[in-house]
This record gives sequence, C-alpha cells and structure tokens, in this order.
Amino acid sequence: MMSFDPNAFLIISTASLIAISCGLLGVFMMLRKMSMTGDAISHAVLPGIVIGFFISGSQRGLEVIIGAGILGILATLMIDWFRKKAKVQLDASIGITFTLLFAIGIILINVLAYKVDLDQECVLYGEIAYLPIDLWITGSGMNLGPRITWLAVLNLILVLGFIVSLFKELSLTSFDEGFSLVIGLPAGAINLALMSMVSYTTVSSFEAVGAILVVALLVVPPATAFLWTKKLIPLIKITAGLGVIISIIGYYFAYWLDSSIAGMMVSVSGVIFLASAILKSKKPNFKFGTKIADKPFSI
Amino acid sequence: MNDFVYFFTFQDPSIAFVVLGITLLGIGAAYVGTFSFLDKKALIGDAISHAVLPGICLGFILAGQKDPAYIVTGAFVSGALATFLTSWLRTNTKLSEDTIIAAMLSVFFGFGIVLLTVIQKTGNPEMAGLNQFIFGNAIAILEEDLLIYGGLAVLIIICLSLFQKEFSLLVFNPDYGKAIGYPMGTIRLVFNVLMILSVVIGIQAIGVVLMAALLITPGAAARFWTDKLGPLLILAALFAVISGIIGTYISFVFPQMPTGPWVVVCLSTVALISFLFAPKKGVVFKMVARNRYLRKSHREHILKTLYKALEEGKESLTIEEIYEAFPYQTQESINSIKSLYEDQLIIKNQNVISLSIKGKSAAKRVVRLHRLWELYLNEYMNIAPDHVHDSAEKLEHILTPELEDLLENRLNFPKLDPHQETIPRDHDEL
Repeated sequence: MMSFDPNAFLIISTASLIAISCGLLGVFMMLRKMSMTGDAISHAVLPGIVIGFFISGSQRGLEVIIGAGILGILATLMIDWFRKKAKVQLDASIGITFTLLFAIGIILINVLAYKVDLDQECVLYGEIAYLPIDLWITGSGMNLGPRITWLAVLNLILVLGFIVSLFKELSLTSFDEGFSLVIGLPAGAINLALMSMVSYTTVSSFEAVGAILVVALLVVPPATAFLWTKKLIPLIKITAGLGVIISIIGYYFAYWLDSSIAGMMVSVSGVIFLASAILKSKKPNFKFGTKIADKPFSI
Repeated sequence: MNDFVYFFTFQDPSIAFVVLGITLLGIGAAYVGTFSFLDKKALIGDAISHAVLPGICLGFILAGQKDPAYIVTGAFVSGALATFLTSWLRTNTKLSEDTIIAAMLSVFFGFGIVLLTVIQKTGNPEMAGLNQFIFGNAIAILEEDLLIYGGLAVLIIICLSLFQKEFSLLVFNPDYGKAIGYPMGTIRLVFNVLMILSVVIGIQAIGVVLMAALLITPGAAARFWTDKLGPLLILAALFAVISGIIGTYISFVFPQMPTGPWVVVCLSTVALISFLFAPKKGVVFKMVARNRYLRKSHREHILKTLYKALEEGKESLTIEEIYEAFPYQTQESINSIKSLYEDQLIIKNQNVISLSIKGKSAAKRVVRLHRLWELYLNEYMNIAPDHVHDSAEKLEHILTPELEDLLENRLNFPKLDPHQETIPRDHDEL
C-alpha cells in the first residue's frame, strides 16, 4: 500500500509546495494577529473566482487570478472601512465581510451553474487526487506535466521572491508597526501587498486544496511552529518542514481511508498542533513553587 | 406573483412550519449573537459553526441516516469540544486568540470534510441530504425536524430572557459580577452551551459556513440604531427574522438556490444600510453633521473677522480682505458669505461687506463666548493668558446659551478678558 508510485510523488510534492507557500505567508499573518483576516480573504475570493471563471470560460484563465486578487484586496479594504469609518468592532467587521462575499460567491455559482463548469464542492474542498490526469498540454501538443504542479511551483517562487525581497520590511511592520511608520516605511502598502499575495495563493491553491482548507494551511503550521520557537527564522523553517510532513502523512492516511487528501492533510496538521500544544503548554514550575492561576472556564 | 401569494398566505402547512422554524431560529441566533457581539467574541460563533461539521458527519455515520436527534447531538458535542479546546489553548499556550480560533475552525472543518468524503464513498443514498448542511436548505426542514430545532430555539430564547441580567453582567462587567457573588464561571458555561445550541439548530436552514453571519450581523446592524440592550435585542431579532423569511422565500421560488447565502445577503444589506444611514452613528449622518458644523464655524469666523475690524474702527471689509483672512479656504468663504447674506446678517454693497444690526448681535455673541471662555480658563483653570486662545477657538461654536449664562454668573459679568479686550454685550455701543 505504501507504494512509491509517480502519482503519489507528484501529489505529495505539489501539496508540499502549496503548504510551504501558505505557511510562509501564514507566519507573517500570525505575527500581525491577522489570522482571521486570512480566513476572511480565503472565503472572500470566491465571487472573484466565479466571475473570472465566467468571463474566461476556464479555470486556467488569468481573469480568475485577477478577479480573486481584486476581491481579496476588496475584502481587506471593506474590513478596514467597516472598522475605521463605520466604527464596527474588528471581529464583527471580519465576520460580516467574509460571510457576505462568500454568500455572493455561492449565489453566483448557482446562478451561473449551467454556464460554467464549476461546482461548489470543488471550490470548497478541492480535489488534488485528479492532479495527475489534469495535464498542461501546449498548443503544439507537447505534454508538460500536471498543470497544478506548475501553478504551485510558480506560486512558491513568487511567495519566496516576495518574502526575500521584503523580508526586513515585513518583519519590521509585523513586530512594530508604529516604529516602521516613523522611519518612513509604507506600512499600509506592505500590508496590502501581503494581502494580495494571500489572495493570489488562495486562488492558485483552491483547485488543489479548496478555498476553505487554504485557511488551515495558512494558520495551523505557523501556529504549531510558534509553540516550539520564539525566533523568526526557525519559525519559518519549522513551518516549511511541517508543510512537507503533513503532506506526506496526510496523503498516505487519505489513501488508506480513501478520503479527501486536503481534508486529511488538515486533520494531520490539527493532530500535530494539538500534540504540540499539550507538550508545550504552560506548566506549573515546581522548582520555584509557582503554579498557573486558576482561571474561570472562559472563552 | 402566484408564488408570492401562495407562500405568504401559508396555505401549505409545510411552508407555515418552515417560516415558523426560521423565525424561531432567527430570534434565537440573533439573541445569542448580540450578546457575543457585545462581548467582542463574535468570531467564536464562526469557529463553532465550522466546527460542528465533523459532529454532523459522525452523527450521520452512527445513525446510518439523516436522523435529527443524532445529528444535533453530534453537532453539539463537536461544537462543545471546539469551544473547550479554544478556551484551553487560550489559557495554556502563548498563541493569540485569533490564531487559535482560525486554527480550530479550519482543523475541525478539514476533519469534517474527511468524514464527508468517507461517507460519500460508502454510497449511502441519504448522502445528498447531508450536503444541505454546508449551505443550508430551509425548505427541506420536515415537521419532525422542526420539533427538535424549534424546541431548542424556544429553549434558547426563554433561557436568555429569564437570565438577561446575568448574561448582561457577563458581557459588560464580569469582574463586578464575580465580586458581588454571582457564579460567573457557570454563567459563562451556560452561555457557551446556548451559543453552540444556536449554531446547531441553524445548520439545517443556513448551513455551517454561513451560520456565523446569523450570529454576528444582526447584532452589529442593530447596534447602530440604539444604545439600550432591550431594543437592541428586539431589533437584532427583527432583522434576522425578516432576512430569514426572505431567504426562505427565494429558495422556495428557485428550488436550486440554497437558503443560507440569500439570508446572508439580505442581512448584510440591512447591515450596510444601518452603517450608512442610521441616525447619529451612520457614516452619512456623521458626514452631514460634520459638514454642517464646519459651515457653521466658518460663518462664525467671518462674523468674528468683521467684528474685529469694527473694533479697530473699520466699518466694513472688502471681499478680498476676507478671502485673505482665510487662506486656502476661498470656496468656503464664498459659500459662507452667500449664506450670511441670505440670512441678512451682513450687508453687501458691491465688493464691500459690513455687519447688519442682526449680524452685529450674532458676531458679539461669538466674540463674547470666545472671551468668556478665555477668562474662565484663566481664572478657574489657572491657564496662562497666552495658552487659552486655541481652546476658546473651538468652544465658541459649541457653548449653549445656558452655559453662557452660567459662565456670566460664575465670572460675575466681567468687562475684560485676559488680553484686556472688552467682552461685548448686546446693548454695548461700538
């Protein structure tokens, strides 16, 4: 069963590429306490995907990526507008924005159901298992291999390029936005750029892992890594490593249970996350006779 | 149109049942959601609503069919587990709350998807019904489902109404509640249970992904219309019920449309209208009020300029002199002069402007308020005379006649301000 066939290798490596791209962006989202904004963006790009799909007539169109990018930025701006202009508290702004945009996306899918070949389950859960048969064939008929793998490679290159070139700015604005503004960094623009990268990554991965499960890859590996280290560089390395590990374990578990690969990857990452949380939870320090104060059951 | 009449006259008892169900659900969810919104924990509702998916699937696997009792129990258990884990992680790890919520939400949802695909592979014919839980289908609610969902909704509504005092204590000031001897831990626990229950009963009609909207949006929208808890709850419930019924109607007319998204779109429209047009807090209202204030203060500044010229012995000023007094505000000055002229506060003679009798008394009032406030700051607040001008420049537009009387009495009708300038009274000659 644990056979090493080329399809398994392809699926695992594509999943790892996607998980690494998401994890790298997720580290900065987490440090900015914007994990829920990431969640909101990944829901909110849905109408953009549907409209782009409708205009271009295929999932491969550039229109899809542009549509999703626009919606992702729109979601960020909407949250900001609700919070600053209408003075709605942040959690409610996020909740209202993403539910509205997601609802519009679902309605569009249903309205255009007979015109576009896009079913809501594919958008939501993705189906990475079909990856080996979805090939990129050029006009001259040359077979270049699976299309989604190429997308994932391109995505990772762009994410890496983005983070490497803006590493100093990203980390400074994440840790001390006030200071970065004082020394003249355009913190708002960097924030928007990060959000655009998140939207682009969401679109580029939605076929494989689904729009909602992108959230898990954005949030869970960085959160797990954060339990193990306090330094930024190790945090990024552990996150990337976790991305690969959950892809491998997730694939074989899904193969064994015959279930959704993306879903299984997320479940595996959840188990690793909870195990790390139990291992690294705050424990009473007997040496100094301290203990954690009893807190009421609260949420 | 026939559809409309057929739907809203409730000839079909099953439609009446569905509308009753969505009404109870809307009220229950809006009540719980408003409390959690006020508690600034609105996103917990989002986490719970995603987290019930594995429970629904497990309930389905155990029952082998779409049995509401199993599904509700399963959903409740997994919602409770997610809530407990969220709270445990918050106290026992260094992760921030939003990361924990996002992680729990996506992990539970991912596990739910795994179970869903496992069920799909078994080829159970009832599987089609399970997909409705993702986006909701209110029309598919059967009478026996309604008994459970409606019953739970009524339970939530009664519980929240009976213990409204305790829950408002929890939301507004839990420390005070603890200090006066309320069992805040237990109240929190009961509240969490009610919150999970309200998500559980909503999943059939609205779906897991969008159930969060029914919890968050009504409260956020209603908050723009009132500052009192009672009306807030009623308004939120009203918004939720209206949107619920509209959503149900749409999915009745177009059977392929899921209910949830339409309910959410209606609710969000209500919320957007509230954000924009609600009196006092709405964006448009605030913008209008701000513009009105800016216009008023600019008018008063022009009156003041004319009055000061009068003090220096100049009966009138040319329009250009006024424009120069307010650099970069020429357009505002043009508008203000126009409106002052219409109100007969100034007299315009070609290019030359002077105060009318009415205008003189209005200008005196502004200058009087300015100087009275300067004197008050100087005498009662011990602020140096050269530091009082800026504050007076703002307060001169705001002070009411009542405050003016108080100031006059307190300062004993002074003649001079801290800069030894006369405080003008209405009967004074110039």
